[in-house]
Amino acid sequence: MTAVQPQLIEPPAEDALEVGTTATAVKGRSRVPWRFLGSRALFYLFTLWAAITINFFLPRMMKGDAVSQYLARNRNVSPEAADALRALLGLDTDKSLFQQYLDYWSHLLRGDLGVSLLHGLRPVSEVISQALPWTLGLVGFATIISFAVGTIGGAVIGWRRGSRLDSLIPITTFLSTIPYFWLGLLAIAVFSVNLGWFPIGKAYGVGMRPEWSAEFIGQVIHHGTLPALTIVIASLGGWMLGMRNMMLTVLDEDYITVAQAKGLPNRTVLWRYAARNAVLPQIQSFALSLGFIVGGTIVMEMVFSYPGIGKLLLDATNAKDYALMQGVFLVITVSVLVANILADVAYAFLDPRTRQTEA
Amino acid sequence: MTTPATLDIRTVEPAPATPSGQSFWTKLGSAFAMFRNGKSIAGLVILGFFVLIAIFADVLAPFSPTAVNHTARFQPPSAEHWLGTTHIGEDVLSQVIHGTRGVIVVGFLAAIIATIIAIAVGVISGYLSGWKSEGLSALTNVFLVIPGLPLIIIVASMFDNPPLWVIAAVLGLIGWAWGARVLRAQTMSLRNRDFIQAARANGEPLRRIITIEMLPNLMALIAASFVGTVTAAILSLTTLSYIGVIPVTTYNWGTILNWASAQGAFQQNQWWWYLPPGLCIAAIGVALSLINFGIDEYVNPRLRSAGERARALRKQGLNANSAVTAVRPVTATSTPTKEDNQ
Repeated sequence: MTAVQPQLIEPPAEDALEVGTTATAVKGRSRVPWRFLGSRALFYLFTLWAAITINFFLPRMMKGDAVSQYLARNRNVSPEAADALRALLGLDTDKSLFQQYLDYWSHLLRGDLGVSLLHGLRPVSEVISQALPWTLGLVGFATIISFAVGTIGGAVIGWRRGSRLDSLIPITTFLSTIPYFWLGLLAIAVFSVNLGWFPIGKAYGVGMRPEWSAEFIGQVIHHGTLPALTIVIASLGGWMLGMRNMMLTVLDEDYITVAQAKGLPNRTVLWRYAARNAVLPQIQSFALSLGFIVGGTIVMEMVFSYPGIGKLLLDATNAKDYALMQGVFLVITVSVLVANILADVAYAFLDPRTRQTEA
Repeated sequence: MTTPATLDIRTVEPAPATPSGQSFWTKLGSAFAMFRNGKSIAGLVILGFFVLIAIFADVLAPFSPTAVNHTARFQPPSAEHWLGTTHIGEDVLSQVIHGTRGVIVVGFLAAIIATIIAIAVGVISGYLSGWKSEGLSALTNVFLVIPGLPLIIIVASMFDNPPLWVIAAVLGLIGWAWGARVLRAQTMSLRNRDFIQAARANGEPLRRIITIEMLPNLMALIAASFVGTVTAAILSLTTLSYIGVIPVTTYNWGTILNWASAQGAFQQNQWWWYLPPGLCIAAIGVALSLINFGIDEYVNPRLRSAGERARALRKQGLNANSAVTAVRPVTATSTPTKEDNQ
């Protein structure tokens, strides 16, 4: 009996690691949330710096030299010209990495993104500004349509909970789990190849020049319908599910019961009371998705060979055109950051609680 | 002889020990309670089916995925080739079966890496306060803001022929931020709950507070972010393989679609070539979103009960959105008449 040690009770606190780090959050209660605004501004500056630094290092980590690739394509370039090209691209190896980094910043601050080897040494900013309107126009339009339809639909589905409309949620979710490129290829196979309703890819017909004429605009709409439709189909499910889930949560709140008990018409309760509160997270994700318009559609532009930013990035990566690649990545990152700022501002306007409780 | 006191301790202690031995299984069961509903189980069954195919691919596939047969090119489905053949006579079914392996391995490996980082960063930054917490939060936000797919395309092109685990690692390293953000928010709200305060007052070490007290309460969120990351990783892998950014030597569904697209299968209506891989990706996507629906309804029971309550009311001839019924579920047993419903 004595062999059994009565040590079954664990001694508490064998090693008190960091029990002292329990400072409760102190909230500065000032009218203008300066601390909040300041920390957000600091965060955006930090992110911008991080993105630009990643952007600087990416090509230097990649295998293969941009200039030797360019030389392989263009035989009649003298070695001196090749050296000059390296200096132009900021890739000359006799400078230290830190010096290259400083040079990169000074070029960037002057708005100089370098020249694109892929597009006959034209400035990168010019190449990008040509591709940007196509992406912004098509994808921006599709995103707005998808957001509007999904949010209104989700509100109605949430309101008429338990009805047959509920079955729309699994259907749209299924459509959004299909890989986008496959959906696009199927759409081309069915509507362009077999039915011949829409042209295959490109933003406008062969032999057309961009101009403000009825014919050209008609062409753009004709070519853009299929890509826009596939984007809407693929992204509708997320908006609808998000809105419906928020509606179900909001509809249980007491103020909805009060509104109904007051005898307000159903339409008022649905749109003015329930949907108005449920839409808050939707608006924030809408602002965020605006940022992904620029970068999130690489696949669409590849499938439909649409002359936008995403295709530019793919071509630049394949050809190891670093300056163009960096420029496109910078534009994408900056647009995401701007969208984040918009989301913050929109939220601060719409929901006063964030201004106080944001940690 | 031992004193009665120690006897007491010794006889008392084993008594709770036996229920705690049983309660290990009940504890384990309750840790996975978010999977115990129809939707999650259906999703897990579909997912398990694909995992089994991935494990036994060598046994199940009738041919080698790369066996070239020039006498049987572009063949539609037949008894010999259930899903037809490709442009050089490869068996599509065998390619799809072998392709499962790459998709499952990359999906799960990436999600495991991402979840471990998300838990570490999210829970620690949620539990701590001050500059350490803010720093980790800023890191999370940077990874949230930096656009993923363009970055993966650029990083993946750094490798000539990356093995599966490198792709998984890259996808995992890029995809952890969302989970970390959600976990941080939940940990911050848990930190000030009574049971955590009590554990801290008891002098429990930080390690124990986080692993024993907090993690069980975060399980549903961790599971949801894991499932979400698997979905994202699978979609990214197949998309990247389709684009041709990662020329993976082992077959996955994206590679098959890349070949099918390059050989014009979509233009020539060779549906047996391009439909199966896409449908498989969609099936895994549906399975994973079913699991997530189940977890959502476990975390927020209103999502399920709202529809059920409305259906029950309708059975009694009531309208869920009518002003009167909204305050009257208590008297619902007294079979309300039609006049009430105005």
